[in-house]
Amino acid sequence: MLTAPPSRPSGLSCRQGRKGEVHLQPGLLGSQAQEVQTRWRPSPCFGAGKRSPTKMIHSLFLINCSGDIFLEKHWKSVVSQSVCDYFFEAQEKAADVENVPPVISTPHHYLISIYRDKLFFVSVIQTEVPPLFVIEFLHRVADTFQDYFGECSEAAIKDNVVIVYELLEEMLDNGFPLATESNILKELIKPPTILRSVVNSITGSSNVGDTLPTGQLSNIPWRRAGVKYTNNEAYFDVVEEIDAIIDKSGSTVFAEIQGVIDACIKLSGMPDLSLSFMNPRLLDDVSFHPCIRFKRWESERVLSFIPPDGNFRLISYRVSSQNLVAIPVYVKHSISFKENSSCGRFDITIGPKQNMGKTIEGITVTVHMPKVVLNMNLTPTQGSYTFDPVTKVLTWDVGKITPQKLPSLKGLVNLQSGAPKPEENPSLNIQFKIQQLAISGLKVNRLDMYGEKYKPFKGVKYVTKAGKFQVRT
Amino acid sequence: MSSNSFAYNEQSGGGEATELGQEATSTISPSGAFGLFSSDLKKNEDLKQMLESNKDSAKLDAMKRIVGMIAKGKNASELFPAVVKNVASKNIEIKKLVYVYLVRYAEEQQDLALLSISTFQRALKDPNQLIRASALRVLSSIRVPIIVPIMMLAIKEASADLSPYVRKNAAHAIQKLYSLDPEQKEMLIEVIEKLLKDKSTLVAGSVVMAFEEVCPDRIDLIHKNYRKLCNLLVDVEEWGQVVIIHMLTRYARTQFVSPWKEDDGLEDNEKNFYESDDEQKEKTDHRKKPYTMDPDHRLLIRNTKPLLQSRNAAVVMAVAQLYWHISPKSEVGIISKSLVRLLRSNREVQYIVLQNIATMSIQRKGMFEPYLKSFYVRSTDPTMIKTLKLEILTNLANEANISTLLREFQTYVKSQDKQFAAATIQTIGRCATNISEVTDTCLNGLVCLLSNRDEIVVAESVVVIKKLLQMQPVQHGEIIKHMAKLLDSITVPVARASILWLIGENCERVPKIAPDVLRKMAKSFTSEDDLVKLQILNLGAKLYLTNSKQTKLLTQYILNLGKYDQNYDIRDRTRFIRQLIVPNEKSGALSKYAKKIFLAQKPAPLLESPFKDRDHFQLGTLSHTLNTKATGYLELSNWPEVAPDPSVRNVEVIELAKEWTPAGKAKKENPAKKFYSESEEEEDSSDSSSDSESESESASGEQEEEGDSSEDSSEDTSSEHRSDSESASEVGDKRTAKRNSKSKGKSDSEDGEKENEKSKTSDSSSTDSSSEEESSSDSESVSESEREPESRKVAKEKEKKKTKQDRNPLTKDVSLLDLDDFNPVSTPVALPTPALSPSLIADLEGLNLSTCSSVISYE
Repeated sequence: MLTAPPSRPSGLSCRQGRKGEVHLQPGLLGSQAQEVQTRWRPSPCFGAGKRSPTKMIHSLFLINCSGDIFLEKHWKSVVSQSVCDYFFEAQEKAADVENVPPVISTPHHYLISIYRDKLFFVSVIQTEVPPLFVIEFLHRVADTFQDYFGECSEAAIKDNVVIVYELLEEMLDNGFPLATESNILKELIKPPTILRSVVNSITGSSNVGDTLPTGQLSNIPWRRAGVKYTNNEAYFDVVEEIDAIIDKSGSTVFAEIQGVIDACIKLSGMPDLSLSFMNPRLLDDVSFHPCIRFKRWESERVLSFIPPDGNFRLISYRVSSQNLVAIPVYVKHSISFKENSSCGRFDITIGPKQNMGKTIEGITVTVHMPKVVLNMNLTPTQGSYTFDPVTKVLTWDVGKITPQKLPSLKGLVNLQSGAPKPEENPSLNIQFKIQQLAISGLKVNRLDMYGEKYKPFKGVKYVTKAGKFQVRT
Repeated sequence: MSSNSFAYNEQSGGGEATELGQEATSTISPSGAFGLFSSDLKKNEDLKQMLESNKDSAKLDAMKRIVGMIAKGKNASELFPAVVKNVASKNIEIKKLVYVYLVRYAEEQQDLALLSISTFQRALKDPNQLIRASALRVLSSIRVPIIVPIMMLAIKEASADLSPYVRKNAAHAIQKLYSLDPEQKEMLIEVIEKLLKDKSTLVAGSVVMAFEEVCPDRIDLIHKNYRKLCNLLVDVEEWGQVVIIHMLTRYARTQFVSPWKEDDGLEDNEKNFYESDDEQKEKTDHRKKPYTMDPDHRLLIRNTKPLLQSRNAAVVMAVAQLYWHISPKSEVGIISKSLVRLLRSNREVQYIVLQNIATMSIQRKGMFEPYLKSFYVRSTDPTMIKTLKLEILTNLANEANISTLLREFQTYVKSQDKQFAAATIQTIGRCATNISEVTDTCLNGLVCLLSNRDEIVVAESVVVIKKLLQMQPVQHGEIIKHMAKLLDSITVPVARASILWLIGENCERVPKIAPDVLRKMAKSFTSEDDLVKLQILNLGAKLYLTNSKQTKLLTQYILNLGKYDQNYDIRDRTRFIRQLIVPNEKSGALSKYAKKIFLAQKPAPLLESPFKDRDHFQLGTLSHTLNTKATGYLELSNWPEVAPDPSVRNVEVIELAKEWTPAGKAKKENPAKKFYSESEEEEDSSDSSSDSESESESASGEQEEEGDSSEDSSEDTSSEHRSDSESASEVGDKRTAKRNSKSKGKSDSEDGEKENEKSKTSDSSSTDSSSEEESSSDSESVSESEREPESRKVAKEKEKKKTKQDRNPLTKDVSLLDLDDFNPVSTPVALPTPALSPSLIADLEGLNLSTCSSVISYE
């Protein structure tokens, strides 16, 4: 041995001495290491100094609303639960769950958390990492739970703790994402079904697959191999949501259309699909599932892809904001609180506007009333309403609009006596749904399949919904 | 024991790892290990019995319960001996759960953990790649220092594995071993170097991750792989893309000269120290006048662009920061659309993206101005999102849009969320100072708010008005009088202190009110907040100096109260003021200047964005979010004055004469493989796109009517949700035919690979074929004639001609666009060449042009 420090157990052929100088033990690796030496170019700017050698996600804690840590998983050495105290502290400070900062700095760690379905996913990070990387991953974990158990709740996770653990083990290796595609995970770990659990308990077979998902190896990691269906079907749901802010006078402050195309593909083999639109130029900004070929879209505005098996989101898009957005409903409102009295008046009416001749259904109005409101005494001409005196949320379930008789909700508001009247009228959040219509006018032209011989059954469905649709009063 | 195993290791030179593992296990005395934990076993006796039963189902149940315990954070370490016995179980689920357990507790029970090592070593040689990979994963996850040499060996072997999945796991294992024993760095770097050359998209992300962790300063390892990484990027999995893009951003900043022109650099709020840089740049720029972008620099910018359309927010953000940091300023604009899109996502993503937009919008307003309305606040947004949006709106405010914005702000001020309302008032103040046209309007608006019922709103208005008045030396007596009246009602300390300060500053303008205010304050002095007390003292001092007749006694009374205050700051201030303003024999020369000191012109406060100082952090990083340097943050270097030698990125391969004699088998495989790799190439798609477009158009023209009618019918028959748009799919397109054969070719090569695994004798031929393939794909980049096996001959001839020119025999460029996943790693030895080969430049420029044209036609 050349210069190996005597304290270290030395059985390895090379040691580093001064920086930039490599001492070699003659042997197998000699020639390669020599090359390192000759090509060594010190570049001080590129990154220097000592780094603590752990990166990405270190541990994950799942915390419910009452502050119990009900699951923990460590990918490296164990981090004590007490690290979550910093999180609880921040949670207390924030008052509202929505306002807990997603990134918290503690003396030794960084906590990056998401809030999903009344659960906090808190990950422990030790060094610099793009925060979106972690956030996006945590959401992917939550999505996977949703996918596997039908819901992402504390009960579901506790009931399936073994599967959860197996999933987490596959999704992250050493804190770095390994397999996050649902098609691959489902081949590795089969989702629980009642039938399977019965069969398993009798036969002793397991939920864990023992073959390597073929997708993992190919250039199309999102699709599993050997898919077989007797009925080959491909369905596309074009779902558009209108985001809008309508001001007091009824004019539109801001409106845009956000759309997605969700696909449900049940096709055997390796189908290669091309989906084209009648009017692709409507799409102003598009984000793609990894399966879509960028170049084809760039050059021809055709979505060309080998789909994953099952349900997935093909694209999300925004319709260019230059186009005028049709607003399908209008709201007439008069909400007033009298000075120095403990009551106010509340009166809203909803009517159809540019609805392209379709029925508007599933209308719900949600209003966050001011804190001084004690109770509300209203009469709807249609549907039913509820008012929660604790959260001060008024919900009116309207249903369909019939143009002959416009639905309205009228009545009195009881205020806390003595309290000053509210400064501002609450804004109305409106939900609605229009079947068979993409409000932007987007139309699928045709779907072609290559690569397989059979004829698939193809279908397209259009729906328009209200997104973040808010009326200021 | 440890010395024992290492001594052994030295003898064998780390060769026979299997035996080492066995020796290690044999040295554990069973009695000692089991005896230690016997006292704790009672609790989990039933679990232990289940684990020792013969039935797999009982074992599985036990393991599931144990995993449940681990998940809850309960200690299950006493079961270690019972669990570890099952590591070799045939049942794959039991095995997996045992792995979970092992990884969790091995660090605590190192001696016992060694029992399992030999199992993994055996599994590392398993013919099934899944088993090899998972064995490597678990082996490397067991944090037991003794097995470092075994891990090292396993990693080395795995990095040469034929399965890219195993190689990917090897890349992951590198980081684990490095964190266990940083002494292994040098050897790990060798493995990283080898894996960086890997052409599989599966490996790329993981190995760059390892690179970032182990040796981020070894930029020299990237040179040769730079172009390959750029070209592979689109096909790498999402997480790998993020890591690679961040690494390439840093790389670009060290290797290319700045694409930012000087006038751009001096534009808006660039920092001062940049200016000196610019001056220097000017000198150098005069020498090599027109700036031309390095084609490699362009390659990176171009190849990351499609990723802006990724569904993964982290990828979009990574590309956005790459554009922000390395692209010419004129091209940064394209990222804003994608970033605005991310605002539709969940609140956590919004939070991070808005923070980054806030930083960007300070420097470049124009980028986000068209999207102004996307930052309008909804009442349902969480407060943190609201304040960030407000921040951006402030940054974007200018003469043209301020009136719209102020109208919008009016709604916000009335918000039920008072914290947000307060933030809005701050914002109005900032707009008022930034845009002089609206200062008066804003001021009036704020004064109106003084009669607001909510105290927080009033207090915030007072504070902002104070700042605004300070900036305007004009008379504002009325406002001050109005505010003085507020003192009776308002209780928020900051607001009270602000009012007092304002009166003190303007005491000569409101000569009647000021002494009266002081009188009131003297009365309530003892019950005031410390902040207010200090301002009362200040007010007293100022009045004493300007109007000593009326206020002398009052001030002295206040000073006396202050002298015995509980707070030492106030006592301190009292003593200081008394010495300064009350003349006595001790007071020095300063008291002469007391008036000048107290009533000096104070510079107006700058109302600045809290995001102003964040731009020195790389966007999208944790450090940027926290606004402090996080552990392990790597600074982006400034652009180099002169670009380092670009030829280091040229990839040369020395072909040994032996390898040139093609084996018969390899020849057969070749066309299929080449076919596959070629179809993914950029040139291909861009070239053929025009052709296929016309083709598809003509094909679809026939069916358009049919498609139309079916669409219509779907609308008419409203009860049906799904409509069948039956249109016969004609497989006439050339491209699809090609794609089919591509997938066939792939499966072929997969098979071939399996064969290779079984019979090691065919190894040599396969490496031959791979080098063959490289050389043939070279010819693709040189000559456009491909696919025919004869093309290789042509390529050879060309090659010979070229080598004459280069005076560098037997070297040539490797195709950048080779996407073959199934190459065994052939280790090409690299030699530096003096300059970028002309063919490559032409190639890159060709690509450049084609994309540019497509951009023009579609945007």
